[in-house]
Amino acid sequence: MQELITRGKELLADGSVVGILGWKEGDFSYNPEPAFFQNEEELDKFIYDGFCGANLSKFMIEASKKEGKTLVFLKPCDTYSFNQLLKEHRIDREKAYIIGVGCSGKLSLDKIKEAGVKGIQKITEEEDKIHVETLYGDKTLNRSDVLLDRCHVCKGKEHRIFDEIIGESKETNDKDKFSEVEAIEKMSSEEKFLFFQKELSKCIRCNACRNVCPACSCRKCVFDSNKFDSAQKVNTNSFEEKMFHIIRAFHVAGRCTDCGECSRVCPEGIPLHLFNRKFIKDIDELYGEFRAGEDAETVGPLTEFTFDDAEPQEAVERG
Amino acid sequence: MSECTCKKDYTLDTLVPQVGVITDIRQETPDVKTFRVNAPEGGKLFEHMPGQCAMVCAPGISEGMFSITSSPTNKEFQEFSIKKCGVLTDYLHGLEVGDEILVRGPYGNNFPVETELRGKDLLFIAGGIGLAPLRSVINYVMDNRENYGKVDILYGSRSADDLVQLKEIQEVWMKTEGVNVYLTIDREQEGWDGNVGFVPTYLKEIGFSSDKTALVCGPPIMIKFVLQALEEIGFSKDQVYTTLELRMKCGVGKCGRCNIGDKYVCKDGPVFRCDEVDSMPDEY
Amino acid sequence: MYKIAKEKLPALFQLLANEQELILPIKNSGQVNFGLWDEEVEVDLTALNSVKSPKDAFFPQGESLYTCKKDGKKIEIQQEELRDKDFVIFGMRPCDYRGVEVLDKVFLVDPVDSYYQARREHGIIVTMACSEPEETCFCKVFDIDCADPKGDVAAWLDKDFLYWKPVTDKGKAITEKVSSLFAESDDKAVETIQEDIRSIVEKLPYSNLSLEGWGAGKTDEKFDSPIWESFANSCLACGTCTFICPTCQCYDIKDYNTGNSVERYRCWDSCMYSDFTMMAHGNNRTTQMQRFRQRFMHKLVYFPTNNDGMYSCVGCGRCVSKCPSSLNIVKVIKRFQEEGGKAN
Repeated sequence: MQELITRGKELLADGSVVGILGWKEGDFSYNPEPAFFQNEEELDKFIYDGFCGANLSKFMIEASKKEGKTLVFLKPCDTYSFNQLLKEHRIDREKAYIIGVGCSGKLSLDKIKEAGVKGIQKITEEEDKIHVETLYGDKTLNRSDVLLDRCHVCKGKEHRIFDEIIGESKETNDKDKFSEVEAIEKMSSEEKFLFFQKELSKCIRCNACRNVCPACSCRKCVFDSNKFDSAQKVNTNSFEEKMFHIIRAFHVAGRCTDCGECSRVCPEGIPLHLFNRKFIKDIDELYGEFRAGEDAETVGPLTEFTFDDAEPQEAVERG
Repeated sequence: MSECTCKKDYTLDTLVPQVGVITDIRQETPDVKTFRVNAPEGGKLFEHMPGQCAMVCAPGISEGMFSITSSPTNKEFQEFSIKKCGVLTDYLHGLEVGDEILVRGPYGNNFPVETELRGKDLLFIAGGIGLAPLRSVINYVMDNRENYGKVDILYGSRSADDLVQLKEIQEVWMKTEGVNVYLTIDREQEGWDGNVGFVPTYLKEIGFSSDKTALVCGPPIMIKFVLQALEEIGFSKDQVYTTLELRMKCGVGKCGRCNIGDKYVCKDGPVFRCDEVDSMPDEY
Repeated sequence: MYKIAKEKLPALFQLLANEQELILPIKNSGQVNFGLWDEEVEVDLTALNSVKSPKDAFFPQGESLYTCKKDGKKIEIQQEELRDKDFVIFGMRPCDYRGVEVLDKVFLVDPVDSYYQARREHGIIVTMACSEPEETCFCKVFDIDCADPKGDVAAWLDKDFLYWKPVTDKGKAITEKVSSLFAESDDKAVETIQEDIRSIVEKLPYSNLSLEGWGAGKTDEKFDSPIWESFANSCLACGTCTFICPTCQCYDIKDYNTGNSVERYRCWDSCMYSDFTMMAHGNNRTTQMQRFRQRFMHKLVYFPTNNDGMYSCVGCGRCVSKCPSSLNIVKVIKRFQEEGGKAN
């Protein structure tokens, strides 16, 4: 971490960058916040640890509007979002100086709490273990048990775009990325409906999933239109509560990098990434394997037409 | 079990409107119409005070807060002067006499016609559709002429065609004793022999004596420069009243939309004395 | 004071639910929220905070106000029926009860909101002490004693029993109806629970948070501070904090066209949303800094100014654990305290 701060200070001092997008330490071990640092003094509060799950790519949209370059710290999986935003001309490569930071999986506070932890006073990370001191006694957890869902399908330790790299990464991939989707595909339609009904009925329409999503970067979201009756607010009926998420999944299809921020931020713990991953799986099957954000140039299968494209009928037949 | 009192006090919630019938529509300017509204059984929907507003609602379209432009001294009907500038007002402009709309109110405070303004010389300054709230006060003052001193009305708009209530201005206000009306338009226009120039400039040119109480309504930019001009000619902030306009939904200080500092414009306003406005956070 | 063995609680819920609707904390797909009891649900009395606060029971996220029907030029209005049946809300935490008291200051002042008032009159609140307060809790800062809950009935939970103390007339009446399940208890067991709770509260990291500099009349001191900008950069402008908050009460009124009539409904809104103050001809809060500032100034300055110093925050800690960017009211209070000197 100190290396990141030192390098940040250097880049600020020699004028290479005018600001820094990073994470600022919280008042607990687990709540650092995404932050813009404007001077060396502020960087004393910079932190990079297991709780820095927030993907900073989307913040580059605002940073791209500023004068001068911003130093942005990106984890390997965050670089996919950065590339995708670059491809969509939402951010400016010239405005970013990217330091790829090492990552060995990010931690989920929800999972730590699910493990029966209450009243957290301090969390210390060790190699494979997480040590938690609480008001009600201490506890040691396996790191692999409390990783964010997305880390179990880790995209690998390679940064897809960077100016320099600091730190080592470790792959945390220990699950097949489509296993959850396959399990749902195997359900009967009634079971599927029930599953999503149960999950989506928890939705409070806070828009956290949309607002955090790097693929949801429209200047004006269709759900914010005053011509659209269900703009932003409560679901008027159960149909709508599903439609918001399904429409959103359609809108980001082919562009979603599976960064998992939607599921990370959902206050109701809805596994929203499942919708997007289903689309990714379908796209892979219909058009050949494709990963949004691997680079900033390749035209995505849904925005390109070739004579080999699947006919609509094929999609209908496979269900 | 517990005794229910909730239905005793309130037959209808304050958020539930009454049905009103449009009984007259006057095309004031190319984009302003004045709608006369009565209760379906005749008479007024409710009593109000000058400066108060009401929520006018078109089911399925939306609802919006409008100042009641008729004076409370009018015992037969209420009027709203509405400028076409959005989805709701577009819809309202398409309505005909006999159509029903929904109205709830009155909301907010009023110009202090029975307290601070009594016995004072009054200077009304309005721009464009900003005459709507002031017209209610002006007519109240006309109908209770003995309670107030001299009245000056300075009214301006973009063009001669954009002056609302022109007929009333010419036939009633101009002919009332002790009332002076000054009209101005922004640009030269054929057939107009009155003053040409912006309201704040004209205000300084006329140079009213600063012992009056001023009531100012109009577009925010006009209000800003009028207040500066008034200060220049010697008015202090506590001699000037204006109205604020913010997004409103409930009208009763609960939905949070028009909250500025510890004030809710729908409930504590829309009328504020300028020293009160100054003490609010700069968010209006 | 009464008590009932924990394993008999399903019988208590059944008995309560026989007479009126019973709302309590229910676990659904891993998350605890207040919901209607039936035999199928998984009741969770150990979760400290429900994800959404129980304000829903009195001020639902969405509710119909009235229905309009158009017939040619005529319009007919039908006001929605007000709540006229009692219900019990069980297991509300002391902080959330204060949340209801805050909402009362909004909805029960003239002109009274009759929809809310009807639910308040028919709701019987059984509050429950917080046996295991957590690091995110700071109710003590607002003089709430989570060991001694207010409400129509106060309840405490230990390893084996639920203790039940009727407080108000409503609480006494409901107690009579279920007293067959209760045994008498002295106050000793509850006193032990209370001691345990209070000793934990003393150790909570936020318990000594200082509100100095906030409260009634502090607008000028705080409004123009550059500190707000440091938060706005990270704020996602979502509505999570407002929708999980027990005191946020901003709402929108909207139309829902059902095809043959128009339903006018009210739903929660958020001052964090960009269109909250949008008008046909402009917006008086165009930046997220302004919107962020509004939310916290309202809770910590404007509301106390209008309500004899009562803060519109109860220290439940939901925003502390749920904000996607880890921003929250505690960070606001602390940052102003740390940088107070620089702010003015």
